[in-house]
Amino acid sequence: MDTALVPQAGIPHKKKKNKYRKYAPLLIMMVPGLLYLLFNNYLPMLGIAIAFKKINFAKGLLESDWVAFENFKYLFKTSDAFIITRNTILYNLLFIVVGTFLSFACAILLNEIKNKAVLKFYQSIITLPHLISMVIVSYLVYALLSADTGFMNHTVLPWFGMKDGISWYTEEKYWPWILTLVHFWKSVGYSSIVFFAALLGIDEEYYEAARLDGASRLQQIRHITLPILTPVIIMLTLLSIGRIFYSDFGLFYQVPMNSGALFNTTATIDTYVFKGLMGSGDIGMSAAAGVYQSIVGFLLVMLANYIVRLYSKDSALF
Amino acid sequence: MKNESRGLTLFSHIMMFLFAVFCIVPFVLLISASLTDQNDIIAHGYSFIPQTFSTSAYEYLYERGAEITRAYGVTIFVTVVGTVLGLAITTLLAYPLSRSVTPHRNLIMFIVFFTMLFQGGLVPSYLVYTQIFDIKNTIWALIIPGLLMNGFYVMLMRTFFQSTIPGALIESAQMDGAGEYRTLWSIVLPLSTPILATIGLFECIMYWNDWQLGMIYITNPKLFSIQNLLNRIMQDIDFINTNLSSNASDVMQQMPTDSVKMAIAVIGVLPILVAYPFFQKYFIKGIMIGAVKG
Repeated sequence: MDTALVPQAGIPHKKKKNKYRKYAPLLIMMVPGLLYLLFNNYLPMLGIAIAFKKINFAKGLLESDWVAFENFKYLFKTSDAFIITRNTILYNLLFIVVGTFLSFACAILLNEIKNKAVLKFYQSIITLPHLISMVIVSYLVYALLSADTGFMNHTVLPWFGMKDGISWYTEEKYWPWILTLVHFWKSVGYSSIVFFAALLGIDEEYYEAARLDGASRLQQIRHITLPILTPVIIMLTLLSIGRIFYSDFGLFYQVPMNSGALFNTTATIDTYVFKGLMGSGDIGMSAAAGVYQSIVGFLLVMLANYIVRLYSKDSALF
Repeated sequence: MKNESRGLTLFSHIMMFLFAVFCIVPFVLLISASLTDQNDIIAHGYSFIPQTFSTSAYEYLYERGAEITRAYGVTIFVTVVGTVLGLAITTLLAYPLSRSVTPHRNLIMFIVFFTMLFQGGLVPSYLVYTQIFDIKNTIWALIIPGLLMNGFYVMLMRTFFQSTIPGALIESAQMDGAGEYRTLWSIVLPLSTPILATIGLFECIMYWNDWQLGMIYITNPKLFSIQNLLNRIMQDIDFINTNLSSNASDVMQQMPTDSVKMAIAVIGVLPILVAYPFFQKYFIKGIMIGAVKG
């Protein structure tokens, strides 16, 4: 009875200890996952420090000399830094703008198809490319573009009277088109399903009411579907802008077959970092490019999220 | 008005049909090319209809099947072990995060979430895995780095637990004396099959398709997954001769190079094409769940 009347200093502490004991199983459950995050995610974050070192495997990582911003200086002195940044950003912008339009259009078309079986069929076919690894995709592209045996050079170009064929894997000017086409082939079906899911969420009553007022299908799309989905589109776009410093590594590495002649139009920050690490480049500069990507990427995610929050708190990441 | 609506439906059908054809056509070319006679390919290139039908590429690969079988073994092992382990640690982390009683829940949420915002990048994680864990040329290199668990799936699963498992249910189970593990195993998990199936499927696909880990960490051809094998053969078709032949005289045998390339890609993609009809429902549902919750 005393303890109920007079709060004692020891009690909250004891309570806390009990809480830990009581919920210990919950805490223990999380150990494997948290350990994994520690080694897989947090240690590499600390590892960013190596971008400020002259990496020397003979000396070991810890013993390697600090060189401050030397690696970054080298990186930005070359034209590489400009090219990979430009490519990464321009490809992403193109993918975001045109891709959003195509996927949205595709979702609207899907929504017009009322026959359930046919709809399912289309959905499964157009999402299939998303399921295939980039290695396989590079084979598919090779079958079309190979200089000696490709379908383009042997069959399509002769239709247009071009007998010589094009050496696709050494001509950089075609690659912005090729990569864009491949990207859309692989991703439009997939992301149209994302929009389609949002379309399914629209209350049928709106359309009902519009039909009663004599609105045509197109008017319904224009005045009901579009305005309702605009916030979703804006959110998704802003979030992908937040990831504009990251590229689909497989697309830019596998599909051009890692061809050096195509560097100008196919190199992105990710392929640059990878090639640096795999020995065909400078590991210091590669680490520097990675840090540059991590930090600018992080700032962009925060900025994009901030803007999303201004529109709608629910759609923001945090 | 009726006409206009019918016109739009027809237009949708035509456009979707064309789009579907566009998605399928490359696969047709691949399969057809793998069944074309080598001399035909040299004369006319890869084409949609083989002029001279030939299965010699597949016969050739069949004779040298050991390495392909092994690569499949590696891929299947990695996919199964990776998916099971990944699902397990994802669930074990997501479940306590869904319980309001877990001490320091918000801090841990932040720890998970922050990994989605900021990444150390490839070079530091390569150094962590090779210098600290010495993972190079072990099967674990294909399972652990990057793919095993990610913050997004943890958040997805946590949201599912929170929104579909009634708190009262968990409470009553624990009143009846069930511990946390018991509750998770016999109450929560049976009610969570949709999210387990979705995340499991996506992890499976991720592991099955991964070629990057093999390229970074594996140099021993015995540990090549099917994707890595494909990758190597694309870079160097002779790889097939020097590494896949059982004895030296085989190397002399003429290889239908161009159709073999396509045939091996068909072998690489066929399991997915065959299995797809059975899991496409979950795949599409999964995309939608990711879209709505993410």
